[in-house]
Amino acid sequence: MDKIATAGNRGEKVRSDCFVNLRLKESGGIRVQLKSKVDSMFGKAIRRQAGEVLEALGVEHATVELEDSGALLFVIGARIESAVRKLLTTGDSWLPPLIEQNRYETERDRFRHSRLYLPGNTPGMMLNAGIHRPDGIILDLEDSVAPDRKTEARILVRNALRQVDFYGAERMVRINQLPAGLDDLDEIIPQQVHLILIPKCEHGSEVKQVEERIGSILHDHTLERQVYLMPIIESCLGVEHAFEIAGSSGLVVAMAIGLEDYTADLGVKRTPSGEESLYARSRLVNACKAAGIQPIDSVFSDVADMEGLKENVSRSKAMGFEGMGCIHPRQVPVIHEGFMPGEAEIKRAEKIIEAFNDAARRGVGVVALGSKMIDPPVVKRAQKTMEMAYNFGLRQQPEA
Amino acid sequence: MKTVTNAAGRAVITELNGERSIPFKGVGKHKPGGGKYGPPIPSCSDYPPDGNKVVKNLREALEKAGLRDGMTISTHHHFRNGDMLANQVFDLAHEMGVKNLRWFPSASFPCHEHLIRYLEDGTIQRIEGSMNGPLGRFVSEGGMAGTGVLRSHGGRYQAVQDGEVHIDIAVIGAPAADEFGNANGLSGDSACGLLGFALADSQYADQVIVVTDHPVRFPCIPWQIQGNYVDYVVHVEKLGDPSLIISGTTRITRSPDRLLLAELTARFCQSAGIIRDGFSFQSGAGGTSLAVGEYFKKIMKEQGIRARFARGGSNKYLVSMLEEGLVDYILDGQTFDLDGVRSMAENPGHVWTSPFTSYNYHGKGNFANLVDVVILGATEVDLEFNANVVTHSDGYLLHGIGGWQNCLFSRTVILPVPLFRDRVPVIKEEVTTLCGPGELIDVIVTERGIAINPRRTDLIERTKHSGLPIKTIRELKAEADRICGIPDPPELEERVVAAIKWVDGTVIDVVRQVHR
Repeated sequence: MDKIATAGNRGEKVRSDCFVNLRLKESGGIRVQLKSKVDSMFGKAIRRQAGEVLEALGVEHATVELEDSGALLFVIGARIESAVRKLLTTGDSWLPPLIEQNRYETERDRFRHSRLYLPGNTPGMMLNAGIHRPDGIILDLEDSVAPDRKTEARILVRNALRQVDFYGAERMVRINQLPAGLDDLDEIIPQQVHLILIPKCEHGSEVKQVEERIGSILHDHTLERQVYLMPIIESCLGVEHAFEIAGSSGLVVAMAIGLEDYTADLGVKRTPSGEESLYARSRLVNACKAAGIQPIDSVFSDVADMEGLKENVSRSKAMGFEGMGCIHPRQVPVIHEGFMPGEAEIKRAEKIIEAFNDAARRGVGVVALGSKMIDPPVVKRAQKTMEMAYNFGLRQQPEA
Repeated sequence: MKTVTNAAGRAVITELNGERSIPFKGVGKHKPGGGKYGPPIPSCSDYPPDGNKVVKNLREALEKAGLRDGMTISTHHHFRNGDMLANQVFDLAHEMGVKNLRWFPSASFPCHEHLIRYLEDGTIQRIEGSMNGPLGRFVSEGGMAGTGVLRSHGGRYQAVQDGEVHIDIAVIGAPAADEFGNANGLSGDSACGLLGFALADSQYADQVIVVTDHPVRFPCIPWQIQGNYVDYVVHVEKLGDPSLIISGTTRITRSPDRLLLAELTARFCQSAGIIRDGFSFQSGAGGTSLAVGEYFKKIMKEQGIRARFARGGSNKYLVSMLEEGLVDYILDGQTFDLDGVRSMAENPGHVWTSPFTSYNYHGKGNFANLVDVVILGATEVDLEFNANVVTHSDGYLLHGIGGWQNCLFSRTVILPVPLFRDRVPVIKEEVTTLCGPGELIDVIVTERGIAINPRRTDLIERTKHSGLPIKTIRELKAEADRICGIPDPPELEERVVAAIKWVDGTVIDVVRQVHR
């Protein structure tokens, strides 16, 4: 009996995807049937690629029907591989080349003002994510992927990490809630991912499990890289354990709050002004600052309401948050503008740093600006402000 | 079929539908001599003394106008995809057993797919005008007997004026008309704003039929079409589908990628010093172009800048700029929504224009030259900044030229285009079909970078420190090729299915039949 599996999306509104219907056979070699809107331009390339992928996965006899809506190479490869893997347990993969542009590393303390969520099984939304210049992109394997699509999303995300240029954004993946999320790591970790988001985190031990699994994958692949962690607190219990979670691993660089699930757990409705989550957010910010990591606020879900988003950002910033999630690219500039230091703030920071440098030159221990004494934390904050001013292009960074 | 290489390096035909055609010689090089074409002299004594030119129906008008085999019939695209008139004209021609007609529309729309049956049965021999959507597909696959001819809006006026196209019968759909034939587009169920595309036809056709679904008593004011040019007036129940004539709402794109493209375009104009007090601009009614207009508006408001005029199709966004005092005048070529129609009817600063004033090659100058910046689209661009607006990269003819070629004469021409559509790169080694020479195209804005034509050293200099992602066109192409791969070229037959005219009437390129 022939074995049949499908992968990918099709339909009138689907773009940049490739739906695969694979039938494994006993004999007859490989037959590819292609329906594509770019057939005259890429038909030959697509057919050739389908053959290569199947060969790499050890499939010798099969009929593959492809319904292509203009998918790029990495998508076609992922879709065919997913269909094969639904039918065969194969240790083999077909990996598209890792582009040079994606070989950059991240830093522990980089800014994470904006991070854009991208549904892990929707290739069309991945391609242009980087051009909107978010600080980070999140390829999501969790809530935005239907339960029966988890495997294909994992393979698609793996390929996207190799092939899609995100233009310098920090490359993050949100894995599934543990324990399923641990298996996501096997595909993702070797692919130059910078940071893993751990959803619905309630205990430091979950962070530990992720840390260990990452360590062993890196070891198996003889990779020496740092993969950072960002737990997401989405429950009352998680909030109560915030400080423990924040300090559970040296790889945790930030911690986020997810208010949709949190308010559900609390049994209340999420409001725009957010009184109901004030305690949770304050607690999270405090825990993060105490542990020396970045507190990150929840997403703002009304993508049409830019004014509402603006207010939300300014409240977040005032509470001590250092970033927010985005679910639409147009939210990115609004969030950046919200976290951007104001002109008065920058001028004051410049004066403080000047006074500090001046005192250091003269060998004076006490820093003063006018008649006011300036404590070291104030200097530190001023330095942070200037760093942001450079980052947002509001000031030119002085030559080192 | 004999071909020669024209001044743009394209192999083109020298004979088009049995007549000699002139290969493109270079921008501004071709200047025909002699006199303009003159229509036959009418005498008012031949027309009803009471001025009532209304006849029973469209069939009677066509019969009286002497419709017969081989004639040229013109119609206009004021009703866009809601047009019901052109289809009726050819239904009647078919009924009357007339063959071998040349259809000379100012543009065609998908609603004219109905006419494919008449291209097949020989009622229509060929189309000279845009061939959009289904008609374009039919023509590309070799279905049309004659060779199609695509002209710009200005080029259509030029072709009529220098006698290249002799219109036997012009059928002009008029949202409002009196019994004498005075007509405008401002009222009635089919209100579409202006009737500028029919102006040349009214003046130069042998026979002119005005068809209206909203008769008014003489005088129909204002008379955008003058009754003194009109032979017959016909009353019909319905000229078109109002919901498709005018979109009640033109809408700015919601695609984040296109909004980014629009924002980059506006920022470029700001950095280049183009947006300054007293400047002028033209931007289309597509989603991205509308968004560019909105970003212009934002910049103008912030900086207290006022534009002297905006040219081109009007819409609610442009109207709001006029009403808020951000532009002094709208020089309207085509009205896209009901706010545009309303504004044109009530605001003296909202002026209707025609291809004659704005685009015509045989005018003593035209407005397109006077515009500071124009924002246009393209299906493809190549490394020499040449652009294509009529075919896709698979070789299919799917769009018309519109005013696009004419607008290239504005002071700065900017094409915001995505770097790739699905898997198809927009920047090619060489365009599939050449519609506009690169020497007239200044800036290509993509979401991944902006390429400035090396000829525009002034723009390069002025945007050097703008912080905008300025790249070379080769860099942009390399990036698209890396992402998409390089597409195979279309497989084409020898047979030429359509000629692309330049604004002066010469042939700049041809479209060949697609191999199936």
